[in-house]
Amino acid sequence: MTGALLIGIYVFVLAIFVGFEIIAKVPPTLHTPLMSGANAVSGITIVGALSAATTGHPTIANILGCAAIVCATVNVVGGFLVTDRMLAMFGEKKKKK
Amino acid sequence: MDVLKTTIVPLAYLLSAVMFILGLKRLGRVRTARRGNTLAAIAMLIAIVATLVDLGTVDYQWILIGLAVGTLVGAVSAIKVPMTKMPEFVALFNGSGGAASALVALSVVWLKVIEPMKVGTVADAVGGGAQSFTIALSVLVGTLTLSGSVVAYLKLAETISGKPTLLPGRHVLNALLVVGALGLGVWFAFMSDDPEQLRTALLVLVGVSFLLGITLVIPIGGADMPVVISLLNSYSGVAASMTGFVLSNNVLIISGAMVGAAGLILTKIMCDAMNRSLANVIFGGFGADETTGKGGGGEYVNVTSAGAEEAAMILEDAQSVIFVPGYGLAVAQAQHACRELADLLQERGVDVKYAIHPVAGRMPGHMNVLLAEADVPYEQLIEMDEINPEFKNTDVSIVLGANDVVNPGATRDKTSPIYGMPILTVHESRTVFVVKRSLGAGFAGIKNELFEADNSLMVFGDAKKVLTAIIGELKQAN
Repeated sequence: MTGALLIGIYVFVLAIFVGFEIIAKVPPTLHTPLMSGANAVSGITIVGALSAATTGHPTIANILGCAAIVCATVNVVGGFLVTDRMLAMFGEKKKKK
Repeated sequence: MDVLKTTIVPLAYLLSAVMFILGLKRLGRVRTARRGNTLAAIAMLIAIVATLVDLGTVDYQWILIGLAVGTLVGAVSAIKVPMTKMPEFVALFNGSGGAASALVALSVVWLKVIEPMKVGTVADAVGGGAQSFTIALSVLVGTLTLSGSVVAYLKLAETISGKPTLLPGRHVLNALLVVGALGLGVWFAFMSDDPEQLRTALLVLVGVSFLLGITLVIPIGGADMPVVISLLNSYSGVAASMTGFVLSNNVLIISGAMVGAAGLILTKIMCDAMNRSLANVIFGGFGADETTGKGGGGEYVNVTSAGAEEAAMILEDAQSVIFVPGYGLAVAQAQHACRELADLLQERGVDVKYAIHPVAGRMPGHMNVLLAEADVPYEQLIEMDEINPEFKNTDVSIVLGANDVVNPGATRDKTSPIYGMPILTVHESRTVFVVKRSLGAGFAGIKNELFEADNSLMVFGDAKKVLTAIIGELKQAN
């Protein structure tokens, strides 16, 4: 097993534990925002997508890469925006009260 | 320039990963949630800028087109989507995340193996067996997230039936598909060295994974959708993480793994709320005919029904009222009417609360989002364990389109398919209004004893219309 892969697996496993630790007790009010926020974060694939669409002429690789960018960007922009919209609703009421 | 690429960019990725962790952590607390979301968005921006810097001078034409289209679609849909359509929205977004990961993996193969017509195994071309196998895993998980999410979306939008569709021999079929996909992945990653064969293998893998997503989700009933959506959420994170292995990029591995963990936690919360194991939800085909033979079915006898006028009269004398919203509230879009009635009652000095079952609705937190949209203060939304002791001191409970989560059979009828599921104990309150369109069974197809209870009044009709009528009666009485 190569060093890079081993480090990757370490990082993967530790990150899962970090995830469990920091999100373990989430109140029901935040279930949906957490889900849509996490969804936006999973749009991090955009980093890979960007590197995949770097030639000017349309090749199949490039078209696939461009499609990946579209999907990932939809995820990122839509996910963060809609989460903010929901959380803003939760906030407003607090002020009114 | 070299320092930029070898040091600054990796450090920027690290910063971004740390900010994702902090952002997600804050997203789990009510007070800090909004800032957490913003922090995660900034982290994303940093990661994107770092990637662009890392790319250096390349042709940006396709990148810009992709970014522009994605931003437009994402922004418009996020701003336009009504809160009532949030489950569908989240389902589709899970799918698009999965699709993105699969597409990245596919494009890497085309770029490095198929287009150069390179002879040799994929492992040689992409820098190792780990990379080539995670390509296969990215494609597998990403594609099944996509097709599974589309099926979930179609069920939520009621384009296809929300009832479980049980394919004959589905366990065998699913097992075959999983084994087939993994076998194909191994063959693709390590064994084949002919670009033509590789392309075919990859396309077949996409097909098999797509089919698997469908066969995994289609047997699952509408009431179990909160579990499915959380699970698909988890998958989309895992797919991103696998793509991180393909590209040897730690920020992808970390963020993806955390999203995977978050999705799993929600999945577990949902399963616990139904007192069922994940395996039971996924493989159970719950609510289809084969499982509801005993506790289900049967005609209702002794049902007392009432109109809005009678309901309003009872409410006039009530001191404490608890609303119990369910999926029917979302369907009827009755959240505003519900809030209006609550306001009216509060003006008369009535103590008003909302009882929220963790799996009410079609996604985790569904009722909270709906009621928040109608400006219901979230302090009034009470969780199941906290509200249950209060029902016995409550004058009127108003069940709005909830069914299985208020079925007392879950606590005492051992033959009931939902036996053991924690419920809201509305039957303990002095009077229960059940606002429902008809006596038809809920998604799980189980008879609800609550409807026959002596203290229950069925108010038949669309939740919004019924609530509006009650509001009218109450105002007249003033």
